[in-house]
Amino acid sequence: MKLLTHNMLTSHVKGVTKGYPLLIKATEVKLNDVEFNPQFVSRMIPKLEWSALVHAAEELGHRQDLPDDLLPDYDTNEEFLKKVHRALLEVEVMEGCLKCPESGREFPISRGIPNMLLNEDEV
Amino acid sequence: MTRSVCAKSAFELWGHGRTHNELKTSLLSYPAENMSPFMQPDSTYRINVYTFNKTLEFAERIKRIDDMEYLPFEGTVSLKNPQHVFCLLEDYGTDPNNIPENPDYVYFGRWIADGQRELIRSHSVKNRHFIGNTSMDAGLSFIMANHAKVKQHDVVFDPFVGTGSLLVACSQFGPMCVEQTSITILFMAEVEKLYLDVMVSDASKPVWRKTPLFDAIITDPPYGIRESTRRTGSHKDILKPCDGVYAESHVPVSQAYHLSDIFKDLLSFSAHHLVLGGRLVYWLPVYRPDYSEEIVPLHPCLQLLSNCEQVLSSHTSRRYTLSGMDNQAHLLDPRFSPYEGHNAFREKYFSGLNKRSNKEDTQSEKALWMRVYEGQETRLMQLITPVLVKALWMRVYEGQETRLMQLITPVLVVHSAASDRPGPLWDGSMVRSCYCGWMSVTLR
Repeated sequence: MKLLTHNMLTSHVKGVTKGYPLLIKATEVKLNDVEFNPQFVSRMIPKLEWSALVHAAEELGHRQDLPDDLLPDYDTNEEFLKKVHRALLEVEVMEGCLKCPESGREFPISRGIPNMLLNEDEV
Repeated sequence: MTRSVCAKSAFELWGHGRTHNELKTSLLSYPAENMSPFMQPDSTYRINVYTFNKTLEFAERIKRIDDMEYLPFEGTVSLKNPQHVFCLLEDYGTDPNNIPENPDYVYFGRWIADGQRELIRSHSVKNRHFIGNTSMDAGLSFIMANHAKVKQHDVVFDPFVGTGSLLVACSQFGPMCVEQTSITILFMAEVEKLYLDVMVSDASKPVWRKTPLFDAIITDPPYGIRESTRRTGSHKDILKPCDGVYAESHVPVSQAYHLSDIFKDLLSFSAHHLVLGGRLVYWLPVYRPDYSEEIVPLHPCLQLLSNCEQVLSSHTSRRYTLSGMDNQAHLLDPRFSPYEGHNAFREKYFSGLNKRSNKEDTQSEKALWMRVYEGQETRLMQLITPVLVKALWMRVYEGQETRLMQLITPVLVVHSAASDRPGPLWDGSMVRSCYCGWMSVTLR
């Protein structure tokens, strides 16, 4: 699971009102080489929940020096975009789980694939 | 033309006519100053002859080109690498059984660009690593990708991804793809570079943050015929394991996911997650006798842009539906038009296949099967899948189906017709077992 996916996911456990962001409990994290595409990254940035990304990257030890607040000139700052690219697309959680911040329900991540299925008694 | 899969080529039209004489008159009246830039002495050119619905001998084609000598070509001919390509197009109508001696119409022009029809062949389902029962045909996938206005750096989402045919087509045009699947996880070699991430989840219970994330949503939901429609949940009283922990490999119990709910959820999801101007493209299965404009599901935020039909059988079809994201002001007031009776699509699909009450229907059915038998009709082969055959047989064994002969005869005919040229999805073993089933039933 990439942090981009994490940034888009929210807990859908019944009755949960504040299910975002999911907490990451990682036991294995991998760094992949992904081709850098500045246009794609700068188009994704407005769709992101910035603080959730910074927080998740910090937890996994890959924050680099991403600022707490988004830079106003992010779309022209290639060095900054490269760092965002790394956090968003190259850091990958291989094993671990995603934890709902409200209910504590854990969704397993196995071989890089999060399983967001709820069990029959939870829906 | 870099996107079109429907158009073959584009030409600058220099002249046209019903006969070659008319073409000559028309060409000679074409302004010389428009022609001369492409006929300079230092240029190279070639002339192609394309015929539609007829094949010309090589010598005939040469003669056609020689007949064009009235045009003031001054360049040198280069067959391999010409600067300018000219085309003579001859149209022999559309009836392959009645090809006229002379063309109905002829055109001459300068070739500008080719469409992307080659993509249909190069991305054919036959060449894939993974296909399923319902893999979407490559041509239709490209048309869907074009209608969704998929372009570079877009994020495209398919909630019912299956084997990913639609995303493979989209990836040709350079967006990033996100997929979500309820059962299977696939390694898609074809789109590795553009692929973002994969996860397991249930399309009926979206896990996405409620914000405009996707530039396009493009999907072919399951109709419950070849691929079943299920979602997690159960009607039964839940028996939780005694220690309250499910095994790691636990697969949640699933329950029926009604078609009308699928489309209600799909539209509502799109309204929440598409960017402004984003597009939703999907297929809607309909039982043709019941169809009317009103049953197409609508959402106040989505504007219906297009709705056209692909006939699947005499009584079922799927409608190609394209919606554009209009505005988000209505989000709090979701009203859906009735898509009723679609819960019953599956039952109607099967009942329609067996019920032949009036004589005309029986005759046309018989004629149809004769054409299958004679190999003139190939469309039907796609319809009779092993899964469908199996479903019919389940009904026979459960005693719901008594009109055996009507059911089985077609299957046998298809079997014998298909044995010569098995398609990629054809599972011969399943059909042979049905043949045995037929034998035992007749004995009983």
